[in-house]
Amino acid sequence: MLFSGPMRQFLDFEKSVAELETKIDELRQVSFREDDTVHHGVDIDDDVVRLSEKADKQLRVLYSKLTPLQKVQVARHEQRPHALDYIQAITTEFTPLAGDRVFGDDQALIGGLARFRGQPVVVLGNERGADTESRIKHNFGMARPEGYRKAQRLMKLAERFGLPILSFVDTAGAWPGIDAEARGQAEAIARSIDVCLSVNVPVIATIIGEGGSGGAIALAAADRVLMLEHSIYSVISPEAAASILWRDPKLAPTAAEALKLTAQDLKRLGLIDQIIAEPVGGAQRLPAQAIASVAEVVAAELSVLLKLSGEALKAKRRERFLAMTRS
Amino acid sequence: MSWLTDHVRPKLRSLLQREVPDNLWTNCESCSQMLLIKELERNKKVCPHCGHHMRATAKERLAWTFDEGQYTTIDLPKVPVDPLHFRDSKRYTDRLKASRTKAGLDESLVVAHGKISGRDAVVAVMAFEFFAGTMGSALGEAFLAACRLAVLQKAPLIIFTASGGARMQEGVISLMQMPRTVIGIQVLREAGLPYIVVFTNPTTGGVSASFAMLGDIHVAEPNALIAFAGPRVIRDTVREELPEGFQRSEYLKDHGMIDTISARKDLPALLGRLIAMLTPQQQDDTPSKTDA
Repeated sequence: MLFSGPMRQFLDFEKSVAELETKIDELRQVSFREDDTVHHGVDIDDDVVRLSEKADKQLRVLYSKLTPLQKVQVARHEQRPHALDYIQAITTEFTPLAGDRVFGDDQALIGGLARFRGQPVVVLGNERGADTESRIKHNFGMARPEGYRKAQRLMKLAERFGLPILSFVDTAGAWPGIDAEARGQAEAIARSIDVCLSVNVPVIATIIGEGGSGGAIALAAADRVLMLEHSIYSVISPEAAASILWRDPKLAPTAAEALKLTAQDLKRLGLIDQIIAEPVGGAQRLPAQAIASVAEVVAAELSVLLKLSGEALKAKRRERFLAMTRS
Repeated sequence: MSWLTDHVRPKLRSLLQREVPDNLWTNCESCSQMLLIKELERNKKVCPHCGHHMRATAKERLAWTFDEGQYTTIDLPKVPVDPLHFRDSKRYTDRLKASRTKAGLDESLVVAHGKISGRDAVVAVMAFEFFAGTMGSALGEAFLAACRLAVLQKAPLIIFTASGGARMQEGVISLMQMPRTVIGIQVLREAGLPYIVVFTNPTTGGVSASFAMLGDIHVAEPNALIAFAGPRVIRDTVREELPEGFQRSEYLKDHGMIDTISARKDLPALLGRLIAMLTPQQQDDTPSKTDA
């Protein structure tokens, strides 16, 4: 194979781009094969450049006007960088810490100590996993009570040692299972929100993919809430909303529109602080670039928050949420 | 007009009314026993045969909770209505109007103050009859008002929960009420005031995963559904039969999430005892005189 690495996965609305890129790949293969013998390479290279420009332009146009449901698809894209990708790329000395000291360790919600630009921090994130095996291990990013209790423990640890908390939110929601209910999923989420709001250290939450309801806000009752350009944040999935409110699962596009779940909607509603731009075609195309953008914004916000006292942070965090949705 | 409309029809109607005394009898939803409505109401909507606790309105709960049924409700803060301009099969604003007419309430929370066993208390009751008790910005703001009132009166806050969860018509704004209500509890905590939650049927979703599960004391009515994810969602996800009594008060108590289960008739005395023991600084101590 000429082009190694995982195949790019295209979304349904990227069909035209997918066709162009397939053509480009074919041309490149032809050009490579023929280069040694004859000199047709130049014409083919011109075609490749022309088609690449065309694909790039199409992608730019597509991504400049994604519908809300298309954003949902992008936010859930399997090749988007996940929490662990961010943590591993933007921190050093990442030291995962496990367990809630009560029941067990939940790999759907990961966390630990790390250095972010030299500064020791506590990191938390919903990890969805990258292949079938790891997806199962991480329960597709849907945490159980022990995950939220681990988050509480690590947030308190951060407070005790004066470390900022960086969370990376990416979950369809908290796990709706018998075991999770038996162990108090509701209490675990409620308490996480409580702890998140009460710590006297900076808390920065970044929604990197899907911000799914209670399972997301448990890590996002923060001083700063940042969203990637094509991430979403919603009280319910558009599919479930379509079934419940419209009684027709096929109306997910309508529900996605009505729920106002895009980063742009949330910014307009004054519910988040900043949108972080993604590479053309989404974070899944150029993960390193998306991760670097997040690191830049988080670093800038953190330097502002580190100047505030613990009491001021707490008071401002409360005020931030209290001011929301008031007239 | 004619003999038929003027004489026969009214006569028929009165005959029918005598024969079918609707509004007098009902059936228990649980044991199907015929119940006299007047008697059921005297029994606080608890079936005298099987003890099934039926749904009650916010106003009924307030009347049952305060001494002599005497209380004062407060006006709730105004919030922007329908910020998302939401419309499913109907406009959200129309659904709100219909709910107001049906429930005779402004929103899904009623906040009142009065005395319980002779002590000051602020009581907030979620009205399931209003939009399934769902949580939107009005409820969030009303909950915060209840917390402020408790702080102002140096009184405990008791909330009766009953909710289908977040109000989807307010999208992510409803989600933001989770941290907002939790802030209200933190303020109460800092003021050293007790916060007691009475779980009633049903309490689910974003409500159970925020202010409901953060009480100093958790009381539940018998057999109330208390859940994060509803039973249907869980069954669809895990494709397993749900255990007997799953997500009911007794199950939650067995699993350490509820302190005690109280029959409706015993609730006012229990609440009175609890707030008396948790707020010893109040002087007018009249021990267990009002206990049932």
